[in-house]
Amino acid sequence: MKIYVPMDSAAKALGADDVAAKLTQEIAARGIEAEIVRNGTRGMIWLEPLVEIEKDGERLAYGPIAEDDVAALLDGQIDTLGKVEDIPFFARQTRLTFERCGVIDPLSLADYEAHGGLEGLKRAIGMSQDAIIDEVKTSGLRGRGGAGFPTGIKWDTVRLAHAPQKYIVCNADEGDSGTFADRMIMEGDPFTLIEGMAIAGLGCGATKGYVYTRSEYPDAVAVMRRAIEIARAAGVLGTNVLGCGRAFDMEVRVGAGAYVCGEETSLLNSLEGKRGVVRAKPPLPALEGFLGRPTVVNNVISLATVPVIFAKGAEHYANFGLGRSKGTMPIQIAGNVKFGGLFETAFGMPLGTLVNEVAGGTASGRPVKAVQVGGPLGAYLHTDQFDTPFGYEEFDGQKALIGHAGIVVFDDTADMLAMARFAMEFCAVESCGKCTPCRIGAVRGVETLDRIKEGDASAIPLLEDLCEVMTDGSLCALGGFTPYPVLSALRHFPEEFAPQKEAAE
Amino acid sequence: MTPASSPQDDGTIAEIISAHAHLEGPLLPMLHALQESFGVIPEAAHGPLCKALTITRAELKGVISFYHDFREEPAGKHVLKICRAEACQSMGGTALAERLLEKLGLDWHGTTPDGKVTVEPVYCLGLCACAPAAMLDDKLIARADEARVEKALSEVSA
Repeated sequence: MKIYVPMDSAAKALGADDVAAKLTQEIAARGIEAEIVRNGTRGMIWLEPLVEIEKDGERLAYGPIAEDDVAALLDGQIDTLGKVEDIPFFARQTRLTFERCGVIDPLSLADYEAHGGLEGLKRAIGMSQDAIIDEVKTSGLRGRGGAGFPTGIKWDTVRLAHAPQKYIVCNADEGDSGTFADRMIMEGDPFTLIEGMAIAGLGCGATKGYVYTRSEYPDAVAVMRRAIEIARAAGVLGTNVLGCGRAFDMEVRVGAGAYVCGEETSLLNSLEGKRGVVRAKPPLPALEGFLGRPTVVNNVISLATVPVIFAKGAEHYANFGLGRSKGTMPIQIAGNVKFGGLFETAFGMPLGTLVNEVAGGTASGRPVKAVQVGGPLGAYLHTDQFDTPFGYEEFDGQKALIGHAGIVVFDDTADMLAMARFAMEFCAVESCGKCTPCRIGAVRGVETLDRIKEGDASAIPLLEDLCEVMTDGSLCALGGFTPYPVLSALRHFPEEFAPQKEAAE
Repeated sequence: MTPASSPQDDGTIAEIISAHAHLEGPLLPMLHALQESFGVIPEAAHGPLCKALTITRAELKGVISFYHDFREEPAGKHVLKICRAEACQSMGGTALAERLLEKLGLDWHGTTPDGKVTVEPVYCLGLCACAPAAMLDDKLIARADEARVEKALSEVSA
C-alpha cells in the first residue's frame, strides 16, 4: 500500500506535515505495511491536504484530511472522493505541462522516467539545433511569464549569436498575487523544469543555466536544489548530458524580496549581484544578457512545457488552443472562490465559465464583483466582460492581459478605489527607481487617488493623465502596466470614484 | 533567526566570502549566507566584500539597501510576514493584518519591545488559493485568522 501526502507548500500550510507525521505513527502502531510518498499537489487546493491511498492497483483520494482524521481514514471510515481523475474540476482539464505534478514522487528520477520523463530530452539529443528551434516554433509556445513572446524566436536569437558562453536563465521570480504555478511545478515536478532547460541549452548552444527564484519560496528552493543534485548524479546534467557528449549544468539562485526582479533585465542585474534595476532595451538579453552574454530568459512554465512538446511532438501541442494562443495554460484560480487551485486547459475558455463554473463562484457566497487577471499589473474585469475567451489577443482587446494566468476573484464587498490605490502603492514600494514615470508617478498616483476619495472630482482627469504618462514613459511593465488595474477599476466602476455627496458637505 | 555569532567574528566572514567566490555573480549568495549566520549583514563584512569583489562601499550599500530581505539592524527573534497582496485582500487579509498589528501594538516593520516578534509585509507567498496567508519564520499558514496566527506565535514563544 502506498499513501500519498503532498509536500507542496499550500498543502503544508494547511497541515499536510502533521497528517504525514500522524500517518507514520499510526502505520507503525498498527503494523500496517505501507509506504508514505510525499508528492506534489494535484492542484485542488480546497481539498488539501488531499491524501491518496493506492491499494490493489487503485488510487483513491480523500480530503481535506486533518491530523485528527488519520485514524478514521485508516479504519476505512472516511468516504473517498473517488479517483482524482474523476473529480469534475480535474476531469475538465487538459494536463500537459502539469501531467505528472501530484502524481509522482517529485524527487524520484525513476518515477519521473516511468511517467514519460526524459523522453523529450532524449529526442532533442538526436536533433540538430535548427530542428530543436523549429520544433519550439511549430508548437506555437509563447512566454508564459506574461509577455507572450514566441519562445522559439527568442531561442533562435540566442542560437545565432556568437559568444564564448551563452546562458539559459529561468525566471522563477513568481511575485504576482494570484499565481503559484511556478512554485507548484518546482515543488511537484522539478525534473520537468530541469529537462526543459537542458533542451533549451542544447538548442541554443548554452552550457549553463540558472533558476532565479524567490526567498518567499523556501520549499521550492530546497526541492529544486535537491532535484538538480539528483539529475547531476544521474548524468542528466553535467559535462555529458545523457551521454550525448554535450554539456549543460545549472544552479538555483535566490532573490531577496524585490518584486521588480521578475522583470527580465532587472533579474539579470540581480543575478550578477547588482541592484535589481531595470536595463533599457536594446540591447536585448538574447544578445547581451547575463554578464553581457547571449541569454535566454524564460518563465518556469515556458521551460517546463518544453519536455512535453518534444515528447509528444510540436503539432500535438499546437492542436490545443485558440488562434495565436496555442497549447494549454495553467490557470491559477485564487482569491475569493469556492474551488481554488490550478486548472490547466487549452486557451479559449471564457472567463465567466472559469469563474462561475470551474471556480464555483465566491467562497463567501456573495455575488462576484470583479476579477483581476494577470497579477498586480493586470486589469480588473467586470462581470460584463465574462464572455472574453482566455487568450493573449482576446484579453488585449479588452484592455486587459492574461499575464501569468492568475485570476483573483473579488466579491461585492471589494472597494475598487482602494484596489486602485493599492496598485499605485505597490508600484511605489516596488519601483526600482530607474525611471521617473514609475518612481514618482506611483507616489503621485496614491496622492491623486486620495484626493478622489476625498471627493475632488477634478483629480480624475489628472489620474488619467498620469496613467498615460506611466504607460508611455516607463521603462518596464511595473510602471507601464500599473495603469491597467487603476484605469480598469475607474472605467468599470466609475460610481466608486464619483464624489460622495455626504463627503462634500 | 537568532544571530548565531557576533559581528566581529571575521573568521566566518572570510569563510563565507571564499566559499562563494567561485560563483558567477557571487554577491547575493554571499549576502544571504552572511545574514543566515549573523542575522544581519554585519558592518565588519563590508570591507572584505568590497575587496573580494572589487566594488566600492557605495555600490555595496546600494545593493544591500535595494533588497527588502537584507537587514542592517537585527530583527526580532521571530519574523511574522503577513501577505498584503490582492488575493489575500479578497479574503479579508487587510482586516486581519490590521487586527494582528493592533494586538501586537506594532506598525509594519516594527518589533515588539521584548524583541520576540518583528512583523513584515510580504507581497505574495504563493498561497493565493487558500488565502489569507502568513509566514512565521519558515512556517507557512494558509487560511490564516487571528486564532491560527496567535497559536503559531505562542508555539514559537513557548
